[in-house]
Amino acid sequence: MAKVPVQFTLNGSEKAEFIDSGTTLLNALRDKIGDTSPKGGCHQGTCGACSVIIDGELRLSCLTLAETCSGTAITTTSGLAEGGVLHPLQRAFLDTFATQCGFCTPGMIMAAKVLLDHTPNPTRGDVVEALSGNICRCTGYEPIIQAVLTAARSNSQNAA
Amino acid sequence: MALALQTFPTVKDANAALKTAGTRYLGGGTLVVRAANEGDVSVSGLVRSTDPTLLAITVADGKIRIGASVTMAAIARHPELGTLAKAARAVGGPAVRNMATVGGNLFAPAPYGDFAVALLALDATVGTDDGELPIETFLAGRDDSHAIVTSVAFTLPKADGFRFLKVSRIKPKGVSVLSIATVLEQAADGTVSSARIALGCMADRPIRARAAEKALKGKSLDQGGIAAALAASTEGTTPITDPIASAWYRAEVLPVHLGRLLLS
Ligand SMILES: Cc1cc2nc3c(=O)[nH]c(=O)nc-3n(C[C@H](O)[C@H](O)[C@H](O)COP(=O)(O)OP(=O)(O)OC[C@H]3O[C@@H](n4cnc5c(N)ncnc54)[C@H](O)[C@@H]3O)c2cc1C
Ligand code: FES
Ligand code: FES
Repeated sequence: MAKVPVQFTLNGSEKAEFIDSGTTLLNALRDKIGDTSPKGGCHQGTCGACSVIIDGELRLSCLTLAETCSGTAITTTSGLAEGGVLHPLQRAFLDTFATQCGFCTPGMIMAAKVLLDHTPNPTRGDVVEALSGNICRCTGYEPIIQAVLTAARSNSQNAA
Repeated sequence: MALALQTFPTVKDANAALKTAGTRYLGGGTLVVRAANEGDVSVSGLVRSTDPTLLAITVADGKIRIGASVTMAAIARHPELGTLAKAARAVGGPAVRNMATVGGNLFAPAPYGDFAVALLALDATVGTDDGELPIETFLAGRDDSHAIVTSVAFTLPKADGFRFLKVSRIKPKGVSVLSIATVLEQAADGTVSSARIALGCMADRPIRARAAEKALKGKSLDQGGIAAALAASTEGTTPITDPIASAWYRAEVLPVHLGRLLLS
């Protein structure tokens, strides 16, 4: 299998690797680069656990080929905490018990981050819509929705 | 599965590479990479083109041209495509919409292809390097189509002329029980002077509801006026059965939802 070069920014750091052509971004991140925060749930686009942010847009890393990401900026959940301080979304997920097994959490947080980046004061409906591509088998969703609304409130208080 | 990708700057070169057996074009990858992940061995290689025209949306004199690589999200946020935003937003959740392309939606088997249903009602043409085809001809022959779709083009209907409805069980993003798009023109007295009605999930690909279109002509858009069209709406359909709904159920509820859309 032909090796192809890929180079992108991952959570602010330059990454350059040779990968097998056709490798998904999910596999490249987890197996090659060692960022295991995106989870592989279904590999079919239905669960959202593998969600990452590419150039500001939410994408499914299981359906994205890594070599199509050259030159992009990729954000995963492992890039959110700064200097050991959790991102407001991570803090809110912990504080509102929005995580049980935690498998869906990184994907949920990525989807929520894109929402809050564009809509700092979302309605409940906005949150439901933003998370609609992400499946959680544990929480019943309500704590997750509350976590995102809580993070939004804490963000706007910080900004005030 | 090993799945080598070849990238070409021009559609012409990508078209040439696509001739190799087992090779498929890579749009957003939401169906083709999923198929490969599921072990579909009929896909052994992927080809894509980075030609910038594939990403262009042009609006001139009411005529719209959308490049095949334009995503549902890009359509939904385009200021001049507001009429189509609902149909673009009907496709999957946010991440899927950021990846799913117009070109790929034309090939998506039922229960997918919601945007293609809208394009069929809009009487779009489908462009390749070899020229343009009416969408109906394209959809009928899509299984044997080996050329890269480069764009779709259509005339934007008058405000209120276009209506779209996706029926799903899970809100806000479940797959379709069925989808319906209509383009209606009304005479000065309010009667329907022309009607195009396209249906999703009522066959393996989007189809026109020709009998219903005919029955609507010259009628008014009220309960009595649309009755004949509703009665004829399942004519010529062969709905799909999947975990979301049986063919029987889809045929039962089509007239109900078509009625709601026509009266909305
Ligand atoms: C979780 C999930 C939910 C979904 N929900 C919906 C939904 O609600 N409604 C809906 O309509 N669809 C849905 N889909 C299906 C799919 O996302 C869309 O139909 C999408 O528009 C397909 O486009 P794509 O670019 O991703 O296609 P790809 O996967 O890239 O390609 C699909 C097929 O089309 C061919 N192709 C793609 N582009 C071209 C081109 N330009 N020229 C020639 N051939 C081409 C490919 O070779 C392949 O055979 C869903 C998919 C997933 C994974
Ligand atoms: S692993 Fe990508 S959506 Fe489930
Ligand atoms: S916390 Fe277990 S899947 Fe969501």
